[in-house]
Amino acid sequence: MYDHGQQRHLLQGNEAIVQGALTAGCRFFAGYPITPASEIAEQLSNELPAVDGTFIQMEDEIASMGAIIGASLSGVKSMTATSGPGFSLMQENLGFACVAEVPCVIVNVMRGGPSTGLPTSPAQGDVQMARWGTHGDHPIVVLAVSTVMDSFTITIKAFNIAEKYRIPVILLSDEVVAHTRECVELPDKSEVKVIDRIRPSVPPDWYKPYEGDARGVSPMASFGDGYRHHVTGLIHDVMGFPTQQPREVEDFHLRMAKKISRGFPDIQMTKGFYLDDADFFIVAYGAVARSALRAVQDAREAGFKAGLLQLITLFPFPRRAVTPLLQQCRSVLIPEMNMGQISREVQRVNQGACNVVKYNRVDGKFITPREIYDQLIKL
Amino acid sequence: MNAEQKNQERYEIRFSGSGGQGLITAAVVFAEAVGVYDGKYVCQTQSYGPEARGGKSKAEVVISSSPIDYPKALELDLLLAMNQAACDAYFYDLKQNGILIVDSGLVEQYPTSRIIAIPFTDIAKDEIGRGLVANMVALGAVGLLSGQVDLTNLEKALLDRVPRGTEEMNSKALQRGIEEARKINLDDLPRSIMSDDDEV
Repeated sequence: MYDHGQQRHLLQGNEAIVQGALTAGCRFFAGYPITPASEIAEQLSNELPAVDGTFIQMEDEIASMGAIIGASLSGVKSMTATSGPGFSLMQENLGFACVAEVPCVIVNVMRGGPSTGLPTSPAQGDVQMARWGTHGDHPIVVLAVSTVMDSFTITIKAFNIAEKYRIPVILLSDEVVAHTRECVELPDKSEVKVIDRIRPSVPPDWYKPYEGDARGVSPMASFGDGYRHHVTGLIHDVMGFPTQQPREVEDFHLRMAKKISRGFPDIQMTKGFYLDDADFFIVAYGAVARSALRAVQDAREAGFKAGLLQLITLFPFPRRAVTPLLQQCRSVLIPEMNMGQISREVQRVNQGACNVVKYNRVDGKFITPREIYDQLIKL
Repeated sequence: MNAEQKNQERYEIRFSGSGGQGLITAAVVFAEAVGVYDGKYVCQTQSYGPEARGGKSKAEVVISSSPIDYPKALELDLLLAMNQAACDAYFYDLKQNGILIVDSGLVEQYPTSRIIAIPFTDIAKDEIGRGLVANMVALGAVGLLSGQVDLTNLEKALLDRVPRGTEEMNSKALQRGIEEARKINLDDLPRSIMSDDDEV
């Protein structure tokens, strides 16, 4: 692990994710290399053994997802990293992690898709897939990073959310952020807040593994701790055994939804720039938020009252931050490297209050500040 | 601050050529020297095709005294082209008063007379004994001519990144590049890459 404290390091986004994971306490990684995420696996294969952690290169991404679920169930903070094609393969086991409430972090460094797509080009095409890729109603948290420093801090946050709410957290990066190198000063470890899952405090005989506390989250025993319990992908009762009782099934779903909605203030993260007096604003995330920030600054210098809302949490969609701005401003621009995956969320919460304009680029190229500026001043 | 001043705060360099020439490594070393040792804000990016060797390769370094939003180059202050294709493709991204540096052994047709041509690959082969270190010879020249980096720090960053046992070779290559670049007087060049403007 790199030195923390004052020293500056030149890191790639992917390397910063590794440092964030290690700082958050990740001690298990299973994955299969894929551009543009490979550096994460490569570096963790060196770093994990040095801190008594485990690195496994699996036969594919289906198995990778299975392995991190198993590791997490035995009490170890776990992660995998992939790109679009691998993320597709992970969806089945991801659903299992949702239903069995297994904390874990899945990094998806987005590249051009669908299928093998454009392996070395940036894109943001996996946003809705991250939310709805696995079937059934399920709770999930999706976060997006836009700088190298973000890649460090938001990775820690991803682990904290996963542990606190017992859910899988998807961390979306993209080819631009993943491969950009920037200088960062990693904070001293004493300044970093790390959250660990709550473990049962009752005697093993009293343990109800899926009862949920006031927040809807259940204490989690590790395999081998002496707390016998059943883990299944079937909808289950508070003891973990399959059930078809309508009340128990409904209770299960409502608790899943409740534990996330109670956590909204903690989970939904955004950053605002020049918003206080804005007449129109941009909603952007990932690498595009960087182009957008420059475009907004240029527009301000030209005398336009433009602002930027950068989304860090994409799902649950941070409507509490977006809605007031839709009421304050006359227009909103949503630049994305896809055909409009977050713009549909903005439209959903807009209810006609604001003029919603999309700007989409799907040619494998990164959106430039100039393009956004040209769209912005037309608003 | 107006947009022009802000653009002047940025200094943008592109290292370009074909995959396998070590251009990304050169850019990373440069960025490390400027960012870690000189303490400036720096963003280093790259783009490349799916091939491990051959194909187009480019790596960029953006340097600024304030935090950098857009991480890639907008308008180049300096372009290093290590083959003809890269020179042709990226020449138009240069500022009017930008600096074009080419490997004179690999680029035959010059798009402008405001050009610095140094036979990096030949120097690496003939004087250092390994064509492989042409990137480091070029890095030395870029380091000096850009005026953006402390050359002692550039060497420190270089020695930090290269495999053990190759330090001497790499450091010699860097110094040769610096030496070659010292022979160049930027004031002797036409002021603009559109050299017509300079005609008497």
